[in-house]
Amino acid sequence: MTRLHSATELEQLRAGILSSRNPAKPCIAVCAGAACHGLDSSRVANAFQTEVGKLGPDAGVEVRVTGCHGYCEKGPNVVVGPDEICYFEVSPEDVPEIVDRTLRGEVVERLVFAHPDTGEKAVHMGEVPFYKHQTRLLIGDNIRIDPMRVDDYLAVGGYAALAKALFQMTPDQVLDEVKKANLRGRGGGGFPAGRKWETAKNAPGKDKYVIVNAHEGEPGAFMDRALFTGNPHKVIEGLIIGAYAIGSHRGFIYTRHDSPQLIQHIEQALAQAEEYGLLGENILGSGFDFRVEVHYDVGIFVSGESSALMRSIEGLPPEPRPKYIRTSVAGIWDKPSNLNNVETWANVPQIVGRGADWYAGIGTAGSKGTKLVSLSGNVVNSGVVEVPMGTPLRKIVYDIGGGVAGGKAAKAVHFGGPMGGSIPVSLIDAPLDFDELAKLGAPIGAGGLLVMDEDTDMVDVARYFLEFLTNESCGKCVPCREGMRQTLKVLTNITKGKGREGDIAQLEDLNDVTGAACLCALGRTASDPLKSMLRYFKDEYETQIARGSEGKGSEATGSAAR
Amino acid sequence: MDSAKIDQIIEKHRGKSGDLIHVLMEIQHQNHWLPRDVLHKVAAALDIPFSRVLRIATLYKTFSLTPKGRNEVHVCTGISCHLRGANKLLDAVERATGIKPGETDADWRFSLETGSCLGSCSIGPEIIVNGTHHARMTPAKVEDVLKEYP
Repeated sequence: MTRLHSATELEQLRAGILSSRNPAKPCIAVCAGAACHGLDSSRVANAFQTEVGKLGPDAGVEVRVTGCHGYCEKGPNVVVGPDEICYFEVSPEDVPEIVDRTLRGEVVERLVFAHPDTGEKAVHMGEVPFYKHQTRLLIGDNIRIDPMRVDDYLAVGGYAALAKALFQMTPDQVLDEVKKANLRGRGGGGFPAGRKWETAKNAPGKDKYVIVNAHEGEPGAFMDRALFTGNPHKVIEGLIIGAYAIGSHRGFIYTRHDSPQLIQHIEQALAQAEEYGLLGENILGSGFDFRVEVHYDVGIFVSGESSALMRSIEGLPPEPRPKYIRTSVAGIWDKPSNLNNVETWANVPQIVGRGADWYAGIGTAGSKGTKLVSLSGNVVNSGVVEVPMGTPLRKIVYDIGGGVAGGKAAKAVHFGGPMGGSIPVSLIDAPLDFDELAKLGAPIGAGGLLVMDEDTDMVDVARYFLEFLTNESCGKCVPCREGMRQTLKVLTNITKGKGREGDIAQLEDLNDVTGAACLCALGRTASDPLKSMLRYFKDEYETQIARGSEGKGSEATGSAAR
Repeated sequence: MDSAKIDQIIEKHRGKSGDLIHVLMEIQHQNHWLPRDVLHKVAAALDIPFSRVLRIATLYKTFSLTPKGRNEVHVCTGISCHLRGANKLLDAVERATGIKPGETDADWRFSLETGSCLGSCSIGPEIIVNGTHHARMTPAKVEDVLKEYP
């Protein structure tokens, strides 16, 4: 690889990559995302490589191992380009037939999508119900990219937005564009990214930092991993652009230690970007310097909280601090530090590349762009979904998700994991919108959407989330450490049939205290699931408490009987 | 325990006190637990008090201060797996191995852990043994899966 010294050299390199590729040549993309990997997709990928290898160097087909395609339920996934023919639940035994038919321009009918009710087949990605209702601006490139090869990212237009920012825009113009696009943070808070950047940019001091929060500790959320593992350069490009706008020369990636693939792809991406001169000193000859280092969470949920995360990067225990002064003013080593999550950064290149007006044309008045959603729970088609903001939840759960698994009825949908909330299925026409869902008591959070069927015990779900957070509390502040324990005790008693009259009032009291007095968002929002349950499912709590005072234990634990 | 490899890891970070979590993570991945004498070596090499090393080593769930069995069994208890029956799966694993989460059996055959969330919710509930996923598990399949790990 040669170091690039200008935007022109970048475009020449891109032209060279594209001219060496035949866009009509079939390419078999094998998914190696988390779920497919768990279903042994590496055996499928190996079988393809062996089979195509037998054809010699002039084989009329190539194989690419990619990140998550999205339709995790039906893995291992294989997509054959350029026509995007989708094969599902592929096993190594299917491989010779797929290669043979692909070479002859034919389709393996038995492996394409068949509608569970009508049997109607869907061959191409644009026809498969799971995909056809989506707008895949962020995750859509995954099928075209081997995350270990920067050239694949360049082939889909990668780093063009960076060149545009560096050579055609001032840092202020980049910032204005992001503000105008009204990009809101995808990590949970929904805070406008542009305003956060501006605070860090204007904060006193020369050394400033930018950080990718790739912790994703929320149970049931897996879209950031799918995006970062499958297309690491997109996130890194966004980070470099942000650093340029803010005036930062040092960046950090904070991510999970338990996915070897994620670590490997990030490290390879950083190394390749540096070799091309897209990172490091004098990026693309622009005079702008920027370096990135990687840090790991080693198993504690609270380290995803911004101030705790920054302590962890310093090598200290990850305890949050009160935020009288924001981390964008005093973060890592008390220097201005701008933190955004994976999906937020990944949105930046397209905002700069295609313009804020284009971006603001997608979504609702208050929530712009698309949103990645991890769809799971009692749903037919779980997986990673990307839809425009404002999409009704019904469309996500039924048209894309295929409805509730096992022929049961839906009871509730839950957003935002242990710090989110549940709404009853009667509100399923609500739009995917930061403010609308927050009003209903089910804030989007990072974007984990859980479908719960009619057998779900709502007391047990609240108890589950609270137990999770009780174990994850850092213990620094009393309302969180002790308040959650007491709430958990009451809830556990109710689920064991030992509920007492007055329990609900006590739960509400405890919610008020933890909601007001905890130091960080973990404690303050820990009661949110319970609050939403008491708002919409109070009768279930009352019934279980009444059963307790009659001395009968509860048997229900959700649809866990399988 | 491969002391040469551990020493190599420690050497790589000598003098860099900010690397504490990195060093411990690498040793944990390599050795599967953190022996006390190794923690002393880390403290000396990074020039930080032993108490601080111990504080970090006891705080994060990934770090183990006790040796692990030959096979590390992990039952995902994330919310999606929970809704799909992870509790019953965990009961079955506990029965089959005779240990509770956090424990190791007397023959050093199994160590059991729970945790969430591994991000492969679509194929849950699942157990992961030595990094290999066993997807869409049922309590009835537990015995057969664990048999593969002597």
